[in-house]
Amino acid sequence: MQTRRETLKQSAVVAGLLASAGFPQFAQAAFNKTGFDAKSVQDAVKAYGGGALAESKDVVITAPDIAENGAVVPLGASTTLPGVKQMLILVEKNPSALVAMFYVSDAVESNFLTRAKMGQSSDVYAVAIMADGKALFAKKEVKVTLGGCGG
Amino acid sequence: MADPMRIRAQAAGDKATVRVLMSHEMESGQRKDAAGKTVPAWFIQEVTATLNGKPVLSAEWGPGVSKNPFLQFVVKGAKAGDKVAVTWKDNKGDTRTDEATVS
Repeated sequence: MQTRRETLKQSAVVAGLLASAGFPQFAQAAFNKTGFDAKSVQDAVKAYGGGALAESKDVVITAPDIAENGAVVPLGASTTLPGVKQMLILVEKNPSALVAMFYVSDAVESNFLTRAKMGQSSDVYAVAIMADGKALFAKKEVKVTLGGCGG
Repeated sequence: MADPMRIRAQAAGDKATVRVLMSHEMESGQRKDAAGKTVPAWFIQEVTATLNGKPVLSAEWGPGVSKNPFLQFVVKGAKAGDKVAVTWKDNKGDTRTDEATVS
């Protein structure tokens, strides 16, 4: 059964290679815990290979001025700049500042919207990490009224 | 394990806007239950999406994303009839995939 064993071994190796190749377009498929443990916006950005934050008019953070319900705040990050690797959405005063990170591939636009929890009124950041490591951001202050029915 | 995701994908030109509503508790790990014990963190960590089998999106989420998460993204090169599949994986290792057709 030498031949069959060889064949099986071969396929195992190929399968292993395929599994580790995973998403060839994306830098890493594993969950980056450091980013989510980071306490500051800059640290979270650094965990994904971003450099010093630089404000940019080309990055847009979509967020309400006042969030009536801090449990569900619609937050969006978008940019028209080319060469973006990742888009991050962060809430500065949350215990875990990084809310979400999106890998930008050629097949999607750099335009993402989700809903996040905000513990208190805080600045919300949209950060675009470029292919060269530059981190461009836009921020907006979102006030959170936790008291039941708004007001 | 949970309810199916609601996925709507609408084509406009050569792009499609995909909206997904997932069903998940998304416990941040900060809340305390009635007995005063901290409810352990239980949240979606990874979200991936494919268009006709080809990976188009990969995202990592933290405990800050709201319960029953909503996600909207725009995929290029999509037309009516294409299949969009969205998969999530949470920090307990549970996973779920749902599919929708671009309309």
